[in-house]
Amino acid sequence: MEGLSVADANLVMYLHPSKSRNVSQSILRELGSLLFKFNETFDGVLLAYDVNILDKQAKILSGVHPYFGLRLKANLLLFSPKPDMLLEGKVVKLSQESIHVIVLGFSSAIITAENIRGEFKYRTKDTEELFASKSHKRHVIKVGTMIRFLVKSFDEEILHIIGSLISAHTGSIRWLDRHLEEDSEFDRSSMKSRDREWLGDKTVDEGATPMSYDNHIKMSKKRRITE
Amino acid sequence: MGLELPKYPEMEEDQVFNFTDSEIVSHVKQALASVLSGDNNSYNQLVGVMHHSKHLAPDEVALLETTLKALAGAVSSIDITYHDSLLSAIFCMSMWNYGPHVADALAELIVSLAISNGKYLDLCLGMLVSNFTPPPYFLDKLKMPHGLERKGQVLSRVHAAFKKIADYVPLAPLRLLTIVLQGMPTIYHKDRAIVIYVENMLKLESGEIGELVGSTILMAVVDRLIELDVEIGWDAILQDDFSKGIFEMELEDVDDIEESAEPDVGEFRLSRKSLAGNSIAELLDNLLVLTFEHLESCEREGRLAKVFETLLQSFQVTVLSAYKSKFAQFVMFYACALDPENCGMRFATMLADLFVQDSQPQPTRMSAVSYLASYLSRAKFLAASSISSMLKRLVDWCLEYCEAHDGDINPNAHRVFYSGCQAIMYVLCFRMKVFVDVPRLKSELLIPLEQVLKHKLNPLKVCLPSVVEEFLRQAKAASLFTVCKTFIFDGLLESELSRAFGGLERLDTFFPFDPCLLKKCDSFIRPMFVFWSMVKPTYDDAFDDDDDDDGSSDDLVQDFVNENEDIMNDEFGKSFDEQGVDMDDFDYALKKMSITPKATSNYKFGGRFQEPARMPSRIRPSTSPESL
Repeated sequence: MEGLSVADANLVMYLHPSKSRNVSQSILRELGSLLFKFNETFDGVLLAYDVNILDKQAKILSGVHPYFGLRLKANLLLFSPKPDMLLEGKVVKLSQESIHVIVLGFSSAIITAENIRGEFKYRTKDTEELFASKSHKRHVIKVGTMIRFLVKSFDEEILHIIGSLISAHTGSIRWLDRHLEEDSEFDRSSMKSRDREWLGDKTVDEGATPMSYDNHIKMSKKRRITE
Repeated sequence: MGLELPKYPEMEEDQVFNFTDSEIVSHVKQALASVLSGDNNSYNQLVGVMHHSKHLAPDEVALLETTLKALAGAVSSIDITYHDSLLSAIFCMSMWNYGPHVADALAELIVSLAISNGKYLDLCLGMLVSNFTPPPYFLDKLKMPHGLERKGQVLSRVHAAFKKIADYVPLAPLRLLTIVLQGMPTIYHKDRAIVIYVENMLKLESGEIGELVGSTILMAVVDRLIELDVEIGWDAILQDDFSKGIFEMELEDVDDIEESAEPDVGEFRLSRKSLAGNSIAELLDNLLVLTFEHLESCEREGRLAKVFETLLQSFQVTVLSAYKSKFAQFVMFYACALDPENCGMRFATMLADLFVQDSQPQPTRMSAVSYLASYLSRAKFLAASSISSMLKRLVDWCLEYCEAHDGDINPNAHRVFYSGCQAIMYVLCFRMKVFVDVPRLKSELLIPLEQVLKHKLNPLKVCLPSVVEEFLRQAKAASLFTVCKTFIFDGLLESELSRAFGGLERLDTFFPFDPCLLKKCDSFIRPMFVFWSMVKPTYDDAFDDDDDDDGSSDDLVQDFVNENEDIMNDEFGKSFDEQGVDMDDFDYALKKMSITPKATSNYKFGGRFQEPARMPSRIRPSTSPESL
């Protein structure tokens, strides 16, 4: 999945003198307050951090309140989706008009009907709503499916993504990865899933890539909530 | 599914068509899209339907419902700039004006809008929050059955909508929190909107997104309680009559003093009377009752311990630091009463910890020990062992302090010490009987205490005279220790020395858990509260006193009297054994309780019941159903 990056940052954090009693707690609290918010300096949403104090000595600023500046070195996990990036998320709601997705457990994305390629038809099967591909019977998108989609725009304040399923590389991840090599030379009639069984080993198990980030996110989310 | 629309725009009135849902949706989409090309007709008709809200005929209701549903399906076509009149019409709608079906459709539309685009999220959440309170004309109807039904309808949909939005937009609760806190009505709002708003806030706390927003909301509620509390001036409550000791300053009448035909004899501080017309007090009363009921439901759901942690933090940050909070602290009292072993002890321990910490500022430490003293004295639900362990901590600290400081009497320099001593004496005034009967406690507690009291720092001279007097009187009667000097205070409440240690804030006369003067709150607190009249001082073991003031002997607890009149006629003069008392043994405690120890009052007492026709003003029928 694109959009995730780990950055090394040299930071200077200015703390109010009242925080001098417990500096490490204050640092964690300050960084914690930045979590899940878009930060212009980092150009991304801070998801997780690991921080070290570089220098035990801090410079005191002159002024009404003598803030002191700490030099820190931090490892930051950032999320910065840009247009035309491919993201992965889980479908939580599906209707004829739109598909609603949640990315990394915290960011919501919407794909409206006009951004879904014509290949997908809205169907109701046994009271379950889904989008099924006209050309590939097994390519189905319903609530709970992990899908890969293209970013059209990203609202930095609400962390809301507008996505699209127009490109051929988008759709249900399980199906896409199974048929990865065939995507470019797709021929409707000659394809039989039976012949492609050997590609099945390359299936992304739905857990691995997004889930490990999910766990990471859940941890930092927990940390945020307890703070 | 087909739908019948007799008056849909652009149709001739006589024609009735059946449309499918998707046809209606595409019609609406067209209307929306046409605005971009300049044709506003159908769009304006749509907006018109939204604005029409009062006195709707059934077909208009159906039209509104259909339009809302269609809009929900067409949210992707709504543009924030071109369709701003439609959006503002939607966001101004109040679910309180409509029946369940329209409310459902409106909720659905709001949810769809919120999740469709980040730009609408805050506006949608704001609209839902504004539906916490009904429109002004509806506020009076809230008490009636129709009003209550509508309230249940609207609030359930609003809170369900929050949950749905949170399901699809995980960060929504965070934004909701900001919006809820910003939208809190101020205490100066003439309409009592704040009560229903706080009700909604508490509902959020116990609801499905409660885990994410709960603690911040609770702290905001306590903040608001304190804001109201400080608006009630102390002068509205206290009278200047300090001639009687504080132990007579008890307000125990359940009923309004205003109902009395005879003028008040002047014994009681007319606190409740002067508060009666006070609208802020009424508001605070209502909010406190809401909070109590919420705590009860937390306890039923088994969440009280977690909620209590938040309350504890909020208490330290807000209540403790407020200047002499009057009633807001009863929230803690009630929470402790609901769970004496955990929460009750946790509260006491926290206060004691604050007191002994040198790093805390002086006023905080003095405040904390005042709270502790008042709490240990007044909490009926605390076990004697808990009280004694707390007292022991205080006594040990005071003893250590004495040994470390070799100075003479100096109220200013040793303020914390004197407030600690006063606290110990105050608690013992209420609970001395307990310690007298247990020899181990006597040695553990009273011997070090004697050392403290006889030290050069001379707390007996500095602490509040009325407390010292009562304490010495009881100590003498129980033969606890001998005091070399006699202290004659002439029943003074306070002295110069006590004022000195109390400081500007007068923390020497701060007894935070004195009887609650707010009527509705009081009815919650009463069963777990120790009134001074319920205490059997050690000197009353002796035969009756002859200097029996008319006024002061009448410190009966009204509702106990009325609820248990048959019990009152016997069991007089039995010793009050506090050790066995807890909330469950309420009736048992009543049986054991001595209402007044004086033989002369016994007679009066019996006399009263034998001659109901001549009920004096002090006794009035209580408001409880079981009474006369």
